[in-house]
Amino acid sequence: MSDLTPTRSPESAMEESRADTDPVASPVVAPLAIDVQEAAVEDSATREVVFDLHDVNVYYGPALAVAGVSLEIYKNHITAMIGPSGCGKSTIVRSLNRMNDSVSGFRLTGQCTYHGNDLYASAVDPVEVRRRIGMVFQRPNPFPKSIYDNIAWAPRILGMKENLDERVEKALRGAAIWDEVKDRLKTTALGLSGGQQQRLCIARSIAIDPDVLLLDEPCSALDPISTAAVEELMQELKRDYTIVIVTHNMQQAARVAERTAFFSLDLSEGRRTGILVEYDETSKLFTRPADKRTEDYVTGRFG
Amino acid sequence: MAGIDYARPLTASGNLRRRRRIDRLMRGSATAAALIAVAILGLMLFAIAQHGASEISFAFLTQNSPEQLYTPGGGIANAIIGTGLMVALATAVALPLGVLIAVYLTEFATQRTAAPIRLALDLLYGLPSIVIAIFIYGALVYGSGQTGFYASLALAIIMLPLIARTTGEALALVPRELRDASQALGISRWRTTVGITIPSALGGILTGTVLAVARAAGETAPMLLLASVFDNTRTSFNIFGQALPNIPYEIFNLAESGGKVNVAKAWGAALVLVIIVLVASLGARALQQRSMRMMSR
Repeated sequence: MSDLTPTRSPESAMEESRADTDPVASPVVAPLAIDVQEAAVEDSATREVVFDLHDVNVYYGPALAVAGVSLEIYKNHITAMIGPSGCGKSTIVRSLNRMNDSVSGFRLTGQCTYHGNDLYASAVDPVEVRRRIGMVFQRPNPFPKSIYDNIAWAPRILGMKENLDERVEKALRGAAIWDEVKDRLKTTALGLSGGQQQRLCIARSIAIDPDVLLLDEPCSALDPISTAAVEELMQELKRDYTIVIVTHNMQQAARVAERTAFFSLDLSEGRRTGILVEYDETSKLFTRPADKRTEDYVTGRFG
Repeated sequence: MAGIDYARPLTASGNLRRRRRIDRLMRGSATAAALIAVAILGLMLFAIAQHGASEISFAFLTQNSPEQLYTPGGGIANAIIGTGLMVALATAVALPLGVLIAVYLTEFATQRTAAPIRLALDLLYGLPSIVIAIFIYGALVYGSGQTGFYASLALAIIMLPLIARTTGEALALVPRELRDASQALGISRWRTTVGITIPSALGGILTGTVLAVARAAGETAPMLLLASVFDNTRTSFNIFGQALPNIPYEIFNLAESGGKVNVAKAWGAALVLVIIVLVASLGARALQQRSMRMMSR
């Protein structure tokens, strides 16, 4: 890019986004971010439901890993799942696109529908499920291929071969990484930084036009600047996609999500079972939680 | 503690002196044992090079045996070609099969089904090559005659467990995250295996294949039974029709027939075989290290 180009450099865009969402400077409960989200959640009641979970239990072998989860996830919302380690939030999210199928001993009971279709009906092909419900993982996992092929590989196989160059560019632009990689599309993706790799993985997911993006702790391996870039990106992406994000970082949930689900661990009677404690609009969950356990967690008194 | 003067100079005391002697002795023996391994290889390479180097010439590599067995001159060109053809055919059979077995074991089998198959591969690997040779001999050669193809089959059986095992190890090293990433894009297991897992493990697969090739090139027992009746003055490419001359049998034949001229030629042929195997093994190592670098970056 020459100095005369009037477009903003990605660095300056990132600086700005960092200024208003600096994760280090934010208090535990970020009131500013919540105010921003408040207007958007008013219409939750009338929104289209994408996922409808009713009394979902997940077993790993004989052990009940997550019990009695019921929640609705709305279209074009960002829905966050928070809670301590081992509380089952990742398990629930990975159940939404059948990624748990390959885990030996995995079993799910209860009702889990996607646009009204039972995700666990016997006729459902998990490959088709994942084609519509993409996933970005905790650790960036680009393929050991070129940047271009990382994006183009899946569309090629899925038969979306027309205008492949355009599709790749659109995906990379959509994931806010185009300017950084446009001159090195043929070089290996493994040479990118962690934050760039994660945005490349997001680009890879949206290149096949999914309906939903599941983000499983997408920022836990990233530094604050990259985290800010990914969070800003999520706000862009929710216009086109429904997003579910698992995060350890409460401020992150407060900053990005319209609705937040708080999971916890039920340790009574020697069990170790994840439960959904509270699910509400993010602003309400963080400022006026209905459950004492939620309040203890979001105010840092957990334990 | 009573009885110990902690202010005493910090030199060895009590039984420490004896313990130190044992420590030195054991460390010395282990080092010596390691050096012996290197020395054996060095000695062998040196002896073969010393005896064989003078035999190797352009003619030795490009001509066939002379009409008369005990006359000087001639070479092992037809044996090099025969070994090359038979090993290539064996690789063409064993490589796809071995990779498929490895794919089944690492990508599709459950613990219960994988264990017996792994055991079978280990047993197959441990099977003496003469046993494999006699099996092929009894099943195919007896009554119909030797062909290069039958010898190739025996070599393929020898290569199969080696390729399957090393490929399996290479596939297991491919991070699970890559398979997850592919599956999360709505790609089937098989396409994931072909498009992501196998390419990522290609270095390891090639390494295993090259090592198997090196092993097969030197296998002698199958050749004695399956590729030993041929006209050694001619070069043959008819792998499905007749037995092919080959380096291991050539070495055996020359050395066994005695006479200064023939034994010298046997050394020369041995040196050629050693060079082929060494180059293949070192090449495989280089490939492996390159692929490790690719994966870890």
